[in-house]
Order: sequence, then C-alpha cells, then structure tokens
Amino acid sequence: METTISKLSRRNFIKLSGMTGAALTLGLYTEVKGEEAKIIKPDVAKSLGTELNAWISIDTSGKVTIMNHRAEMGQGAYQSVPQMIAEELEVDLNKVDIVFGVGNEKKYGSQITGGSSTVRSAYKHLCRMGATAREMLIEAAAKKWNVDNNTCYAENGNVIHKPSGRKFHYGELVEEASKIEPRQTVALKKVEDYKILRKPVPRQDTPLKTNGSAIFGIDKKLPGMLYAVIERNPRFIGKVKSFDDTAAKKIPGVKHVFTVKVDVFSSVREGVAVVADTFWNALQGRKALKVEWDDTGFAHHSTEELYAKMNEELRTKEGISYRTKGNVSSALSKATKKVEAVYETPYQSHSCMEPLNCVAHVKEDAAEIWGPIQAPGWIQDDLAKVLGLPKEKITVNMTFLGGGFGRKAFFDYTQEAALISREIKAPVQVMWTREDDTIQGPFRPGMVYQCAAGLSEGGRINSYKFKMAGQNMDHQWPGASKDSYNGSTTEGFLEAYFNSIPHFSFADLPLDSPVPVMWWRSVYSSTNGFAYESFMDELALEAGKDPLEFRREHVGEERYQLLIGKLEEVSGWKSRKKNEGFGVAITECFSSIVGEVVKVSKDANGKVKIDKVWAVMDCGWYVNPDIIKAQVEGSIIMALGAATKHATHFKDGKAVERNFDSYKMVRISETPEIEVHIMDNDEKAGGVGEPGLPPFTPALTNAIFDLTGKRIRTLPFNLEEV
Amino acid sequence: MASVKLKINDKNYTVEVDPKMPLLWAIRDVVGLTGTKYGCGIAQCGACTVHLDGTPVRSCSIPVTAANNKNITTIEGLSTDNSHPVQQAWIQEQVPQCGYCQSGQIMAATALLKKNPNPTDKDIDTAMQGHICRCGTYPRIRKAIKTASQLMGQKASAK
Repeated sequence: METTISKLSRRNFIKLSGMTGAALTLGLYTEVKGEEAKIIKPDVAKSLGTELNAWISIDTSGKVTIMNHRAEMGQGAYQSVPQMIAEELEVDLNKVDIVFGVGNEKKYGSQITGGSSTVRSAYKHLCRMGATAREMLIEAAAKKWNVDNNTCYAENGNVIHKPSGRKFHYGELVEEASKIEPRQTVALKKVEDYKILRKPVPRQDTPLKTNGSAIFGIDKKLPGMLYAVIERNPRFIGKVKSFDDTAAKKIPGVKHVFTVKVDVFSSVREGVAVVADTFWNALQGRKALKVEWDDTGFAHHSTEELYAKMNEELRTKEGISYRTKGNVSSALSKATKKVEAVYETPYQSHSCMEPLNCVAHVKEDAAEIWGPIQAPGWIQDDLAKVLGLPKEKITVNMTFLGGGFGRKAFFDYTQEAALISREIKAPVQVMWTREDDTIQGPFRPGMVYQCAAGLSEGGRINSYKFKMAGQNMDHQWPGASKDSYNGSTTEGFLEAYFNSIPHFSFADLPLDSPVPVMWWRSVYSSTNGFAYESFMDELALEAGKDPLEFRREHVGEERYQLLIGKLEEVSGWKSRKKNEGFGVAITECFSSIVGEVVKVSKDANGKVKIDKVWAVMDCGWYVNPDIIKAQVEGSIIMALGAATKHATHFKDGKAVERNFDSYKMVRISETPEIEVHIMDNDEKAGGVGEPGLPPFTPALTNAIFDLTGKRIRTLPFNLEEV
Repeated sequence: MASVKLKINDKNYTVEVDPKMPLLWAIRDVVGLTGTKYGCGIAQCGACTVHLDGTPVRSCSIPVTAANNKNITTIEGLSTDNSHPVQQAWIQEQVPQCGYCQSGQIMAATALLKKNPNPTDKDIDTAMQGHICRCGTYPRIRKAIKTASQLMGQKASAK
C-alpha cells in the first residue's frame, strides 16, 4: 500500500498499534513552548527531525487507535482522552483501541499526571485534532465522489453523502485522506450536538478491572526476571554503616545482596537489596539481614518537636508574605470584632492500594522500565542522568496504577529498580512491602495555620491575616532557595473571597525538616481548606450570620452565587431541623470550585454519625459526568479517612504507623450517602480528580459544631469520641 | 521445599515452593495468575481474597500447604469474559476507579451472594468490612451488590 507515511513512522506506528496496515496518522507538534500545537502528519514530523506522537491512527480496515499520554490511576484519563477525540472524530468509543504513550515530554508535552490537569491542559487541542481528522476524511470522500465537502458528513466511522446516501467507511478513505494537509482551524461541535461528551459513557478500563486482566506495575513479568526487596534506612535518609548477609545468603533462591543508594530530593537514602527468584524468598533473605545504619546529620525528631517548632514560629515570626492587599495590620487593629484561631493537620502517608514497585531491564546501552508511574517524562530524565545514558535510550512504560495520589510522581522506586538491574545484569522487579510503603514517605506535610480576621459593623470581613507553617515541598530540591514563598499558601481559597476582602495577607513559615514530603491528593489545598473554611464558619458565628449566607455575602461573582444557590437547594439547607447538624464549606483549586454540605446527627447511643453529604462541583467544561461523580465520591471518602482515621507520627526519627492495622482506613460501613451535582456552564475546563477533597473536612467539622457546639481545630479526630 | 498440589479454577498445578510461602505468592509468582493482588500481607485489606473450597480467604496470610488438594477460585475463575452476574453488576454500576482492590471486592461479594442472595445494607457492611478501597468506591460497591443480587434472581427465575 502506498501512502505518504514514511518508513520510520510507519514501522513505529505498526509497532505501536499492532495493526498490519496503517494509513491516516495524526499527531501534535508545538514549535515554540506556549504556542498553540500544530496538527501534523508523519512526513512533517520527519522533516522536523522528530517522531510523530501519533495521537490518532486509522488503518485501512477502519480500526482506530487513540493514544493516551497520561497515567491512569483511577481518575479516568484512559477514558477521558479518547472520549474527547472520539466525539469529534465521530467514531464508536467501544471500537477504539487505547494505548498508553511512553515517557517522552518532547513528544507528548507534559505527562505529569498531577494537578488534575489531563483534561484541562489538553482538551482544546485534542478536540481540535479529532475534528481535523474528521474533516480530512470528509474531504477525501468528497474528492472520491467528486462532490462538494458541504454535502457530506461523518457519523460513526463513516462519511455519508447526504443527497445520495452513498457511504464510505473510514478505512476506505484513509489513503486518500493521508494525502490532504491538515487544516489548523476547524469548527468544533457545539455542546448541544455532543453525542458522547458530557454523557456518562462507561469507562473502557472497567471490564479489564473486573476480570483481573488489567496489568498493574506489580503484574508485569519479564522472562528471567528476578525479584528484589530492600531493607532501607528507616529514617528516610541516611546510609548503611555495615551489613552482615551470611544468613540471608543461605535462604534458598537468594542470588545477590548489595547496597543500593538513591536520591531523595537533596538527600541520599541507602539500603541493602536482596535479590531472589521469588518475592517471598527475597523477603526471607531480607529478614535474615543484619544492618547497622549511619544517620549522620539526621535529627531523630518526633512529631511533638516538629509541631512545637511550627507553633513557635507562628507565634514569633511574620513569615514570607506574597499575596497581600491593602493594609492588613492597620485594618485588624481597628476592627470592630477580631477573631483568631489556630488549626493543625497531620503528616500522612499516601497508602495507594498498590504498593510501590517497578520492573527494570537495564542493558549496557539502553534501559527500559515498566511500572505504576505518574510522571514518565520526569523519570526518563532522571534515569538518563542516573544511568549515564542518552535520554532516547530510556523507555518508560506506564502500566495501570493501583492508586497514585501524588506518590507515584516521585522517582526513588524507579531509580532502585534501574540500579539493581544494572548491577545484576538481568531484569528485576523491585517490590515495596506495605510497611515500606507506609513508613518511608514522602508524606503529605503536616501543617499548622494561624488565622486572624477583623469584622466590620455589618458583619463583613474587613481584614484577613493568614499564616501557614509547614514544609515547602519546593525547598527539598538540590539548590532550591530556602526563602522562596510557597505559592500554594493560597491554594484552596476562593478567588471571590480575595475580591471581596479589602485587606488581607497570606504568609508562610517554611519548616526546615528532613522528612521527605510530596504532593498528596489536592496537595496544600487538602489541608489549607480545613483552615480556611473552618475559620469562615467561626467568622460567620461571630458575625451572627448563617454560615451559608455569610459565604454568599462574600462572593460577588455570579458563578459562585449560582454554586451556593445550588448547594442550598439540593441540601435542603433552609429546611434543616433542630436535631440535625449542617455544615458547609467551599474551596477552589485546580480551576474548579466545589461546595459541600454535610449533615450529621446523633445515633441511639448519643454518638455523632454522618447522615449525608451533598457536593456541587463546578469544573466548567467537562467530559464525563459519571467520572466526575466517582471522583467526588472518592475524594470525600479519602478526606473522611484523612480527617478521622489516620495520621503518620514520628518517634526517634522514624514513622510509627506501619500497616493498615495502625494506619487505619475508612471502611464500607463508615461511608455516608453521597449525592453529587455538576454545574453546567461554559467556563473553561477545570480539574476533577482532586478539587472534591478539600471542602469535605471543614464541612464535617462545621456540621459537628452546629450539632454539638464543639469546634474541632486539630486533625485527625475520632468521630466516635466527639 | 515442598511439593504442593493446587487446583486453581479447575486446573491442576504442582508447585515446588517454601512450605511457608503464602498462597498469594504461589498463585501470583509461581502459577502466574496476577488478578489476585497483594495489599498488606497481614489480612487487613482483602485485596488478596480468593475462594478456598467456596469460602473467601486471605491468600496473603495462609501458607500454600493449607491449600493442598483444595479447590481454589481466583478472579480469573469467575469468568474471563465478565459474564458472571457480579462482574456484570460491577460494570453496570461503574465501580472500579484504579481497580486494584476490585478482584478481592468481587470475590468477597460473590461469596456473600452465594450464602445470602438478598443481602441488606447491614449484611453488605458485615461481609465487605474487611476490604479496603483507597479510591472510595464503597457507595458503588453497595449498589453493585444489590444489582448483582437482582441479576442472579432473574437468572434463577428464568431457569
């Protein structure tokens, strides 16, 4: 078959899709960073000296393959990326093959699956690309029939000539279509014409996850692969002083024992790796090791010391201030009423259900890895550096992820796998036990917040002073300036509040601590939200106003007013009864606004129970309402766990909680009824995977206050003991 | 080393392993069926649940020798084409997010429905209490078990 596809690209395409004949393949190319991506074909890619990212490929049988460049960790990228393209391309999503892109940011742009960014960062050009391919196929059909393009339309993988009813399926058109130059501007469908977008289309990965066939990192096997476990320095960072492997080497199946050293931000973490024929045998070898640790330079601190330091700093220092308006000090001193409060949130482990693991096969001149990976592009860069190989010789394959929540964007476990494989000259899987996964970090940083505000005569917030103490994640990287402002200090706060408060200042006091910390679902918003929206409730009380009404008075913009109206309506806020506690909270992060109302009451034994949660999500333009609902449900349950079930404590420089017997999780019986609503509007697409989490905890504690008069300012708390 | 006879999903295997090796690792690493997952290793999360002679067990916490000559059913044995009513219900209610714990959840739900075809919310809570889902799919698991109960009822009455 003759097509314009170059040999190189075609071979890659075939390898990629497993198809035997290829014809129309389109990708995206950004010439200058920040400029709009161009839609290109393989020949153009070749002339630009790059390899096409092949987002859409259609072969002569009409088979469509769509690339998903982002990680699938439960949040639904595996569905939403193809759902966007398939809508504009006019193909049946059930008949599309979905393939993961490998780590290559030069090719795909940012692949870091974090910040709830997949849809909001890519929807415009992915929709445009689907539409471009559709228009090329229509043009090809019109040429074949010698009719005007306008008399043809595309539907369900076919182009139809309207007047005559003649029809070509896409496979019959790809050869002709591939000769056409893609148009850079095409008309996108109107929202009211969507067939699958904004519809609860079932996820393509669901059937793989109900019969055990989905391949997670832990399921990846290579011929001749060995298994490795590592006894790591239990104090997160630090080295091995000495080790005795006499007993370990006697365990049947144990083949190698050696030290392995990886980067943990600016520090180093060393451990002793035991490699064996099975995971179980490796683990027995590890248990038989005797290791002495060298913790030089590492403070053996405790949780109490860390929080005492944060509280002390808040009392004595002003911190690094960045976002300010008016003159907050002067306004505070003149306030009719001044309110102050301090809130504390704990360190937490991510505890993905799939513990960390990675398969690596490092050869002399190239390396390939497979694993549950959130940031394949970063890992490609990191391994090139660590292994001293050119970047293009590092292949990073994403499997399905058994949870990510930010933890799997870090690259200590991938380094471990690569270094061990290089040492033993064989493919290896590094496995973390649940204990490794729970105690080793990086953790969500523990935070302390100091809030002060002044109310005016009419009960409006006139001045607002916010100080946050805790670790700044950015300060951990080599060479990072330790006095830079934490841009996440204001994350979670409504933009509308900023507009309505005349005087404010937000400052942070970065805690210098060697505990490694990392993004944890919704990052700083996950804890900031608790402080912001608990304090908002305390202010409403002082102002003598209804908490929901008080918030309404501080949001001028219609978008926020509509969300509050919806929340009020669906939760029955106005008709709540005397023996029920209602709490509300609204936060904004990753370009989405979410409001939640929690209803609590007392059970027959006088204990507080959660009766129901209502959530209203405004994420602007969206792809799949059922995924949004699932993400908000999951965010609420994860927040419930973070608020009431678990925390990571430190003692003698080590994490105390080691497994699910002490790091407790929410169970099905503790799950409240959750009702999720989505706002319909024309705003830009916002994030979905994270923004539902921050408002839950303050809505819950505000509801508990409403019912019992007890204000909870420290997390976690035991719901049974309220 | 011990020689253990395992009958998994109606297929016979003989594995030569450390007799203390938990059944989970024999299934995953020796036999090569990876649908059953490792979650905690201490019977706290339920990700490794399989049926042993029809009863749900935590395969991470029983030695492989305890399964000698017994019938083991894993998620792959329920059906590979998702035709089992519990799998169908899971798809209908769009339960999985990351999906990692779902093999264990489905095996537990299947065992519950076999014993109790019409479980109440409380029955579901009791049977599913030992299964952690970090993505928070619990509301949908509850729905799916009720849907599966209906599907199984329809199937039974059609016979």
